[in-house]
Amino acid sequence: MPENELVEGLGLDEYQYGFIDDEAHVFRTRPGLSEEVVRQISKHKEEPEWMLEFRLKALKIYESKPMPTWGGDLSDLEATLDEIYFYVKPQDQMERSWDDVPSNIKNTFERLGIPEAEQKLLAGVGAQYESEMVYHSLKEEWASKGVIFDSIEDGLKNHPEIFREHFATVIPAADNKFAALNSAVWSGGSFVYVPKGVELETPLQAYFRVNQERMGQFERTMIIMEEGSQAHYIEGCTAPVYSTDSFHSGVIEIILKKDSRFRYTTIQNWSNNMYNLVTQRAVVNENATMEWLDGNLGSKLTMKYPSCYLVGEGAHGDIMSIAYASDGQHQDTGGKVVHVAPNTTSSITSKSISKGNGRSSYRGLCKVYEGANNARSNVECDALLINATARTDTYPYIEIEEKQATVGHEATVSRIGDTQLFYLMSRGLTKEEAMALIVRGFIEPIAKELPLEYAVELNRLIELEMEGSVG
Amino acid sequence: MSDTSILTITGLRAKVADEDLDILMGVDLEIRPGQIHTIMGPNGSGKSTLAKVLAGHPDYEVTGGDVVFNGQSILDLEPNERALAGMFLAFQYPTEIPGVSIANFLRTALQARLEDGEEVDLFDFQEELLDRMKLLDMDPAFAERPVNDGFSGGEKKRNEILQMAVLRPTLALMDETDSGLDIDALQIVANGVNTLREENPDMTVLLITHYQRMLNYIKPDAVHVMVGGRIVRSGGPEVAIALEEQGYADWKEQDKDEGQEEEQQQQVVTA
Repeated sequence: MPENELVEGLGLDEYQYGFIDDEAHVFRTRPGLSEEVVRQISKHKEEPEWMLEFRLKALKIYESKPMPTWGGDLSDLEATLDEIYFYVKPQDQMERSWDDVPSNIKNTFERLGIPEAEQKLLAGVGAQYESEMVYHSLKEEWASKGVIFDSIEDGLKNHPEIFREHFATVIPAADNKFAALNSAVWSGGSFVYVPKGVELETPLQAYFRVNQERMGQFERTMIIMEEGSQAHYIEGCTAPVYSTDSFHSGVIEIILKKDSRFRYTTIQNWSNNMYNLVTQRAVVNENATMEWLDGNLGSKLTMKYPSCYLVGEGAHGDIMSIAYASDGQHQDTGGKVVHVAPNTTSSITSKSISKGNGRSSYRGLCKVYEGANNARSNVECDALLINATARTDTYPYIEIEEKQATVGHEATVSRIGDTQLFYLMSRGLTKEEAMALIVRGFIEPIAKELPLEYAVELNRLIELEMEGSVG
Repeated sequence: MSDTSILTITGLRAKVADEDLDILMGVDLEIRPGQIHTIMGPNGSGKSTLAKVLAGHPDYEVTGGDVVFNGQSILDLEPNERALAGMFLAFQYPTEIPGVSIANFLRTALQARLEDGEEVDLFDFQEELLDRMKLLDMDPAFAERPVNDGFSGGEKKRNEILQMAVLRPTLALMDETDSGLDIDALQIVANGVNTLREENPDMTVLLITHYQRMLNYIKPDAVHVMVGGRIVRSGGPEVAIALEEQGYADWKEQDKDEGQEEEQQQQVVTA
């Protein structure tokens, strides 16, 4: 069978979770963005004056910054932004018990496997539905240790001092155009605070999905790890299929104090009409370790570069990412490591898969400031092309001001070859099964870092997507 | 069953796909169940191509003749369908599949043999795999390594034998499995094949080799000499011994004459 016919049935573009619930929102702003919209959001959230001022200032910054011209193609985005709803509130109250969650929303969660997952492994769930947290639970023992795992809104309401002290310190509104936009209209997201010395063995998980056509999702997550604390936070996203463009622009700020350790795992599987522009950054203090594990599937365009600012001596940052670009998709992803202090170490491992006319770009920065002596960094990026029309690019930026630093960069590009396929088929595998196995092997070094149920889910997703439509 | 053939090749012609390069010029061969046949021949004689064509390699295009395996013509079957029908090709140059363990690969291959909805039982599989490795005197840790990734030549060939042991084919095509092996590795591979044959005397083997030395360890029922894309002589083990002494020189002369003929024919075609 011709290869182009085969690969039609291969990618992750045929979205599996494309189902839509009947909407039940109690309030939403008018489409498009204005000062009025920003004021309404703040009013509905009953925010303190300083937050309204922050939002309005951010709106001005957003309006003053030009649309980025590097990375992916954003030329259609401005028209899209005029049509989306910047705020949708699905219901009035935070839900604490599963029984109280409305049945259509519960139905969505059940189809995504949330309650089951919770029973097995997850100790706390903050699930974001549209722009608000509707379901939230936290194990008693954690609460007794002083761990806070809340919606970002409740973080602001209930812990105003900690909140204000850290908010927008890692990613200020002026950082980039989309960070400014998020700062103006943010809604939903998680607030996590782990006190000094507390180690969480089971992961915190937020599973959310966007569920309204033309609705922008501007979640804002803030995580504060006190000295010597340890935690793992998992966020998975899946969005239903729509015909018009949709937009997601999150901001994730993480602060790791001395000797703390934190891992942030994301698997995002957006519908293929989504612009996904996320700023996520961690400030890593003395001897602390930050790990980003980032999987990007779906979307029309993803621009996302998890970052570690290694500001304390001996700080360590790890960035591992998987990107899958199918027909009509561009994954512009990678990572940034900034070495500010001596004896800091970092590694970036990036794996991308491109299919059809899909394009994946690795874009990474390794910066070593003067004085960060003995800094060591290693970057490895591997691209797998499923067929000849797929595209991959590598944009590694390396800026070193310090003489005593070691920076390594290695990039490979490979293609699934007829010889590999024939070998596997001669053992009884169909062509799709053979391709799925090769892809799974390719991402294995990162997939093995995922919690078991996520690794299984990822493998299952790849297998499912390779079934069917082969004549 | 033993008086009918398991594999019948008649007038098989094949060329390199996308090129006007004929390789098989009309191969005839018949193998009965449980027999071991050897095909020997000089470099470029087409013996390796024959193995690949039988397994359905996409680099080659069949231009004539037929191959009947187990009573069924297989030329229209995909490589995986031929495998499910009971054929196994031990590769001359096995391919690397990074990140996929041998165990995982074999489990997937066994899964492919089940009906939709059925699943390989993980515990049964693990037990079976350990059992097969024990039979071949292999370290169980071997199955956890990624398929052929960073393997030595000998390890790659052992991996082929392990796959053969787990997948239990009715017909094993061994494509120059002995090439590039030192004498120890050669013995390990030959012992593996002999062990599997002892266990299942009905397993048929078509052994393609450049050297007679493999036949010191695996005793064939028939030896065929292939030159210029045809089988030019068939007989018992004595044929291999004669070849060892005289080489392929006599046959090569004949091959050259035919080659010139072919060239003239091709010129006519292109004109």
